Amino acid sequence: MSRASLKVNGQVHAIDVDPETPLLYVLRDDLGQHNPRFGCGLGQCGACTVLVDNRPVRSCLLPVSRAAGKEIVTLEGLGTGDRPHPVQTAFIDEQVFQCGYCLNGWVLTTKALLEKNPNPSDAETRKAFESLVCRCGSHVRIFSAVRRASDAMKRSA
Amino acid sequence: MAPKTPLSRREFVKDAGGLLIGFSLVDQATLPRLLAAAPADEALQVPAPGRLDGWLRIEQDETIRVFTGKAEIGMGVQTALSQIVAEELDAPFEHISFVMGDTATTPDQGGVGGSTSVAQGGKPLRNAAATARLVLMQLASQRLGAPIDALQVKGGIVSLKSDASKSVSYGQLAGSADLHEELKMSGNGFGLNVEGAGKPKPPSEYTVVGQSIPRVDMRPKVLGQFTYIGDVRVPEMLHGRVVRPAGVGATFQSVDESAAKQIPGFVKTVVKGNFVGVVATSEWAAVRAAQAVKVSWSAPKGAFPEQQDLYKHLRTATPKISKDGIVRGDAAAAMAGAAKKLQASYDWPFQSHATMGPGCVVADAHADGITTIWSGGQKPHSLQKGIAELLHVPLERVRIVWVEDAGSYGRPGYDDAAGDAVLLSLAVGKPVRVQWMRADMTGWGAKGNPVSFDLAGGLSAEGNVSAFEFTSRALSGTEISPLPATAGNLLASQLTGIANATPGDEFAQFGEESAEYQFPNVHAAAHVIAAFDPVASPLRTSHLRDPNGPATAFAVESFMDEMASSVGADPIEFRMKHLSDPRAKAVLTAAAEKAGWDRRPSPKTNANGGEVVTGRGVGLGARNGTYVATIAEVEVNRKTGAVRVKRFVCAHDCGIVVNPDGLRGTIAANLMHSMSRAMKEEVKFDRSQVTSVDWVSYPVARASDVPDQVDIVLINHPELPPGGAGEPSSRPTAGAIANAIFDATGARVRQAPLTPARIKAALTSKA
Repeated sequence: MSRASLKVNGQVHAIDVDPETPLLYVLRDDLGQHNPRFGCGLGQCGACTVLVDNRPVRSCLLPVSRAAGKEIVTLEGLGTGDRPHPVQTAFIDEQVFQCGYCLNGWVLTTKALLEKNPNPSDAETRKAFESLVCRCGSHVRIFSAVRRASDAMKRSA
Repeated sequence: MAPKTPLSRREFVKDAGGLLIGFSLVDQATLPRLLAAAPADEALQVPAPGRLDGWLRIEQDETIRVFTGKAEIGMGVQTALSQIVAEELDAPFEHISFVMGDTATTPDQGGVGGSTSVAQGGKPLRNAAATARLVLMQLASQRLGAPIDALQVKGGIVSLKSDASKSVSYGQLAGSADLHEELKMSGNGFGLNVEGAGKPKPPSEYTVVGQSIPRVDMRPKVLGQFTYIGDVRVPEMLHGRVVRPAGVGATFQSVDESAAKQIPGFVKTVVKGNFVGVVATSEWAAVRAAQAVKVSWSAPKGAFPEQQDLYKHLRTATPKISKDGIVRGDAAAAMAGAAKKLQASYDWPFQSHATMGPGCVVADAHADGITTIWSGGQKPHSLQKGIAELLHVPLERVRIVWVEDAGSYGRPGYDDAAGDAVLLSLAVGKPVRVQWMRADMTGWGAKGNPVSFDLAGGLSAEGNVSAFEFTSRALSGTEISPLPATAGNLLASQLTGIANATPGDEFAQFGEESAEYQFPNVHAAAHVIAAFDPVASPLRTSHLRDPNGPATAFAVESFMDEMASSVGADPIEFRMKHLSDPRAKAVLTAAAEKAGWDRRPSPKTNANGGEVVTGRGVGLGARNGTYVATIAEVEVNRKTGAVRVKRFVCAHDCGIVVNPDGLRGTIAANLMHSMSRAMKEEVKFDRSQVTSVDWVSYPVARASDVPDQVDIVLINHPELPPGGAGEPSSRPTAGAIANAIFDATGARVRQAPLTPARIKAALTSKA
C-alpha cells in the first residue's frame, strides 16, 4: 500500500492503495465513480476508457501509480446535466446506444479525436475507433453522432 | 385502514403488517428483512397482479409508478411501455416511472425473451392503464360534480369540457384513488394478461404511441449518471471471483492458497465440489487472489469432438430426438420427377453471447435462507425459483432485485453469476459481489447452438420449386433452459453436483425459424443431437438472440438463391413466386424499391473481372408476426477473400410501430450484431475446453466493418398488434450477405461465419 493523490474530474483525492492496482478499480471502488466500466480487463474493448491528460486510456490496464499527478477525466466529468459536453449532446440527440455499457470508450474517444482533428474523414474515424467494441452494434449511429459533434464543435469554435 | 398513499420503504417496513393483509406468501418476519436489504427510494408494494395497484399507482406528486416483470436489456422497452401507459391514461409521458423485474414488487411476466416485451408484455399494462383512467374519471366526476361524459383529460388533468378551469389532476386524486380494483387475470409468463372495466383506446386515437419519443435512459447513460448492476454496493460487501475447472469433466483435487494468503485483503477460498471461488475485501485483491490460488484438477474428460469434426458429428450421431415439421404432398415422388435437382449443405457454428459487461451479481445470502440478489438477468422471477431450490428454502425467502446489466441477447450467464455469488456469500456470511472476468463470460457463458442443414430441391421445367426436402441436425438450443427456475440450471450448482433437471429439446425447423415458402411438396425434418457433456460444460447451450433463426434462415435463404440461380431467375422474383403471405411479399418489395434492386439473375457478370468486385443479395425472415427483408450490398476482394458490407437495406413490418426512432435504432444495431455473427463469430474449442475467451480469440465486428449506409424502411400497421422487434432482424442477414458474395463472385460459401479464408477457398474451388 502506498499513499498518493489522484486528480479526477478536477478534484484531488488522497488514496492509499497498492500502486499496481489498475486505475479502473481505484476509480470505481475507492472513489465511488460509476464510470469507467469493466469490460474485459485486457485493454481489448474500451468500456473502461478515461482521459488521462486528454488522451483516451484503458484504465483496466493502467497502474494507478502511473496516473498520479495527471489530469483524469471520466465520462461523468465531461459535462454536467445542465451543460453536457457537445459530444455528449450529439450522442444524446442521435439516440445512439442500445444498452450503453460500452459508451465510455466511444464518447471519450470522440472527444479526443475531434479536439485533435475537428473534421475527421471516415477512414480517420474508423481508425480512431478500431480498438473499441460495441456489442449491441450501435456503430451507424455512433458515426452519425461524430459528424454531428464535429459540426457543433466547429460552429462553437 | 389501508394506506391511501404509497409509503416510503422505511414507512413500509414499519407499517408492513398493515399492508400485508391478504398477502399470504411472505411471512411478516421475513419481508421487512428482504426489503431492508434492498433500499429503494420508490414506494414498495407487494405484487398482486389480480389487482390494479399490482400494476400501477398514482402518487400525489403526479408520478405514475408502473410495476412490470419485464426488464430493459438495452432496446428501449421501458420507453415503449411508458408510451403505452401514457397513451391510455392521457397522462404526460414524463410522469411515468417504472419499477422493473423486482420479485418483491412486480408481477411475474416471464421476464424478457422471445421479443415479447412490447408484443405481449404491453397488453396487461395497456389494460391496467385503461382501467386506471376509468377509475380516475369516476373519482373526478364526484370531485367536480359532473358526469363522466362531461369531462375531458389532457396531460393528466381532468377538467369540465364546458369550463376547463374546473379541473383536478391525477395527483390530486391520488389520495382517494387506492386502485384496489380487481382485474380478470388470464395466461401466465409472457402471456400474463389482465382486464378491467376500462377499455383501451382504438389505435386511430393514438397520440403518444407511434411517436419517436427519446429514450428515457439515453441522457443519463451518456452523461455517466446511470446505475448499472456493476455499480451496486451494499454495506459490508466483499468481492468475489470464480476459478473454473481446467476443462469439462475436470474434478477438484486440491488448492494451494499460500500465494493468495500473501495478498492484503484476501479473505477466503471457497471450495464446494468442483466450484471454486475466492473472496477478498477489495475487487483488485479478489482478481489477484483468483490468479494466485493454485488449484489442481484431474485431467479433463475430452468430451468434445475435434473442432473440424463438429459438423461431421452432427450429421452422423444418432439423434436423441427427431421431429417432422411441415410435411405436404409427396416430396420424394415430386423430387424423382423434377426436371432439375439441387442439393446443398450448410453449417452454423457455436456462438457466444460475449456480452459487453461479462456479468455481475451481488448476493446477500443468510444461513436461514433469506437472500437478496441484485442481478441483471432477463428472467428475475425464474431466478428466484432457481435460487430458492438451490437453498432449499421457500420462494418468498428469496428476492431478486433487477438492475440493468449490459445487453444480454438471451441467457448468457448472468444467472450463473448469481449462483456463484450466492455460494460465496453463504460461505463468508457477508454480501458478495461477483464480477465475472472476460474469460468467465466468453469462455464459460452458455453458447448459441451449432446446426447443420442438408437441403434438396426439385424444380419444374418452368423454373418453379416442385419439391423441397429440409433436414437439420443440431445440438438443442436449450441444453440449459433459458428459464433459470431450477437449481441445476446454474453452472455453480452443476459444479457442486446438482444435475440439470430441465434440459430442453429445441429444433431448427423450416417455416418456423425461416420464412415459410409455399412449395407444393415439402418434407421438413429436424433432429436434436445429445449434448457432449450434460454437466458443467463450457459448450452448454442456451438461448442466443433469435434461437436457431439466423442459422436456419442462412440455410434456407442461401438455398433459395441457389435454386433461383440454377434456373436463371432473379432472386426476389423467384421468392415472390413461392410466397403467399402478403406481408412477406410487401417487405421484399419495399426493400427492393429502397435499394434500387437490380433485377437479374445471380451471379452478376463482372465484365472487367477486377480484383475487387461488388454484388447484392437478399434474405427474408418471418418470426411470430414480424416480417423482415434485408438486402446486403458487398465488396469482395477476390485475391484475399476479404468482404465488406457497403450497405444494408432492411424493410421491417412488426405490426404497429410504438416508437419509430427507437425501432430504427434497434434494427440498425441488430443488423450489425447479426452481421458480426454472420461474418466473424465462431467459438473455438479443443477436446475439453473453449479456447475463445476474449475479444482477440472471439473477434466481433468493429468500426472498420461498419457499412457506409444503412437504410431502414418501417412498414407500419396500426391496425395490427405489435409483433416484436428485438430479434427478427437478426434472421435474414447471413443469407443476404452470402447471396451478395455469390452475386459478386459466383462463389458460394455454405459455412458460417463467412470468413475471408472460406471465401477464398470457395473462389479457388470454383476456379
